[in-house]
Amino acid sequence: MEILAGLLNGFAVALAPANLFWCFVGVLLGTVVGILPGLGPPATIAMLLPLTFNMNPAGAIIMLAGIYYGAKYGGSTTSILMNVPGESASVVTCLDGYQMARKGRAGPALGIAAIASFVAGTVGVLGLMLVAPPIAKFALSFSSPEYFALMSLGLALVVLLAGRSIVKALLAALVGLWIASVGTDLFSGTSRFTFGQMELLSGIDFVVVAIGVFALAEVLVNMEAREETQLLPVPKGLRNLLPTLQDLKDCRFAFVNGSVIGFLVGALPGGGSTIASFLSYGLEKAVSPRREQFGTGVIEGVAAPEGANNSETGGALVPLLTLGIPGSGTTAILLAALVLWGFKPGPLFIPEHPALFWGLVASMYIGNVMLLILNLPLVPLFAQVLRMPVYLLYPLILGVSMVGVYSVSGSLFDLLLLMVFGLLGYLMRKLDYPSAPLILGLALGAGMERALRQSLMMSEGKLSILVSRPISAVMLSLAVLVLLIPMFGKLNAWRLRALEQG
Amino acid sequence: MEDGTRKSGDLWSGVALAALGLYVIIQARQWEYLGTDGPGAGFFPLWYGVAILGLSLLLIVLHLRRGSARGNALDWTRLGRAFSTWFALAVSVALFKPLGFVISFALLTYFIVAVMYRRPLKTAALTALASAAGFYLVFDLALGVPLPVGILGF
Repeated sequence: MEILAGLLNGFAVALAPANLFWCFVGVLLGTVVGILPGLGPPATIAMLLPLTFNMNPAGAIIMLAGIYYGAKYGGSTTSILMNVPGESASVVTCLDGYQMARKGRAGPALGIAAIASFVAGTVGVLGLMLVAPPIAKFALSFSSPEYFALMSLGLALVVLLAGRSIVKALLAALVGLWIASVGTDLFSGTSRFTFGQMELLSGIDFVVVAIGVFALAEVLVNMEAREETQLLPVPKGLRNLLPTLQDLKDCRFAFVNGSVIGFLVGALPGGGSTIASFLSYGLEKAVSPRREQFGTGVIEGVAAPEGANNSETGGALVPLLTLGIPGSGTTAILLAALVLWGFKPGPLFIPEHPALFWGLVASMYIGNVMLLILNLPLVPLFAQVLRMPVYLLYPLILGVSMVGVYSVSGSLFDLLLLMVFGLLGYLMRKLDYPSAPLILGLALGAGMERALRQSLMMSEGKLSILVSRPISAVMLSLAVLVLLIPMFGKLNAWRLRALEQG
Repeated sequence: MEDGTRKSGDLWSGVALAALGLYVIIQARQWEYLGTDGPGAGFFPLWYGVAILGLSLLLIVLHLRRGSARGNALDWTRLGRAFSTWFALAVSVALFKPLGFVISFALLTYFIVAVMYRRPLKTAALTALASAAGFYLVFDLALGVPLPVGILGF
C-alpha cells in the first residue's frame, strides 16, 4: 500500500505540465545523444548539469534521467542501420541488428529494439520501485564504519570492471580521491593541495572535472582524425517497423532475460549497461534452440541486449538513491547533481523527499512510453541527425562545456581548470586509464574521508572498528577479495573477457 | 634505455604518478596525522599518497619487466591534432577577458572549421558567426546564463 500511495503521489508530480515537458526534453535529447557516435550520456549530462541549477529539482532530475535512459534507445538505431554503435551499451546490438538490416529487416529490428527497451525499461523501474524502499530501510542501521566499507566496496567493484589493468584503474580512483581532497579540510580548517591559489580553497567543482574528463576529452579524441566519419546512407523502407507475431513469440524469453539480467547487473556497482547487454546476449544464445544462427540476424539477439541495457537504468538507481553509492560515471554525475541541488542520496532520501523519488520513478514510466512513441515512427527522422557535420558538432560541445562551467561560478579560473581536466581526460584515454574510477573517486572522496575519520573518532583511533562490526567487516572483506580477483587465473580470464566484449 | 621504452606512455605516466604520490606524502606529513580529536588533515592523504606511490612504482616495474615492445607507444601525428585543438581552446579561454565569449568562441569555431577540417573560408566564417550568435541568443538573452564579457561589453 505504501508503494502504491508513493507511486500515485509520484504520478501527480511527474504529470505536472512542466515536469512532463522536461521529461520529453530529456528523452528527446537522450535519443539524439544515443544516435550520435562520439557523444555519450555522461558528457551530455555533465555539460547540461550547470544549466539545471536554476530549475526545479524535480524537473531537473527527471530531465537528466531522461537523457540517461533515452540514450540507450537511441544507441540501437546506428547499431542496426550502420553497424556503428551510438553507445558502448549498443555494441552487441550490431551483431544481429545490422545483419537483420542487411537482409531487409531493418524495420522489425528497430521495432523490436524499441519494444524490448520499453518492456525491460519498465520492468527495471518496477524493480527500482519495489527494491529501493526496503534497501533504504535496511541501510538506516548503517553508521560511519559501514558507510566507509560500502564506499570502498563500490569503488573496488568499479575498479575491477573499469579497465584491463587493475593497477591503472586503482591509480585513477586514487587520483580522484586526491582531487576531492583539494581545498579546506572541513574538520580542521587546514588548506590542502591549494598551491597557494585562493580559488582552490573551496575545492575543485565536480562539474569542472566531469565536463573536462568526459566532454572535452571526447572532443579531443574525435578531433584526432581529420576525415569525417563516412556516413552510410540510411536504408529506405522503414515503414514496416512492427515485428510480426512470430518475432514477438521468438523474443518472449529475451524480454524476461534482458529485464532480469539488466536490473541485477545495474544494481551492482561497476556492472554497467555494456556488461548487462553482453551477459544477456550470451544467455540468450546459450538457451536458444537456434543458437548457431546468432550473429546472422536473429531477432532475439537484438531484443535481449537492448532490453538489458534499458533495465540496467532502474538497477543502477537503486544503490545511488538508497545508499548514495553511484556505480558508474553517469550515476556519479547524477549523485553530484542531487548534492548540488541540496539533497543527500542515502537511506533517508526516500522518506525525506518522497515527491522527488516517486516523481522520478513515475517519470521513468512516462518517459519509456514517450520513447516508444518517439522511436517507433520517428526513427527515420532521428537517423537524419547523423547527417550533422562534425565541424558543427564539436565547437557546439566545446561551447556548451565552457558556458556550463562558467555558469557555475562565473570564474575564469574554473575555465582554466576545465582545460587542465580536459587534457587529463584525453591523456587518460590515450594511455588506457579508465575515467569512471576517477570520477567515482572524486564523487566519493569527501564522503569516504569523512566516514573513515568519524569511525576512528568513534573508536578513539583504533582501525579495528572497521572489521569488528559485522556488516563493515563483510563489505571490506568483499572489497579486498574483489581487488584480488586478477590474481586468480580463471576469474581474471572471465573479467578480461567481459571487458573485451565491452 | 631503449627508444621504445622512452616513448612508452605506461612508463612516463608511472613516473608522473610516482611524483604525484611523493608530493602528496610530503604535503600530508606537514599536517596533523592523529590528534586528540581523532585523525587529522594528513591522515587520509598520507594513506592514498602511499598507495599512489606504491602502485605507480608497480606500474613502472611491470612495464620494464614486460619490455618496451608491449608498451603503449604514442602516435604523435594524431596527438598533434588533438593538442592543436586543445591549444586553440586554451587560447580562446585566455581571450575571454579582453574579447569576451562571443568573439573568442567565433574565432575558435573558425579555427576548427577552416584549419582542422579544411572547409572553405566562407563556410568557416559563416559557421563561426552563426554559432557565436546562436550561443549569445540562446544562453545570454533567452536563458539568462551569463557569458564572459570583454572590453567591448559583450
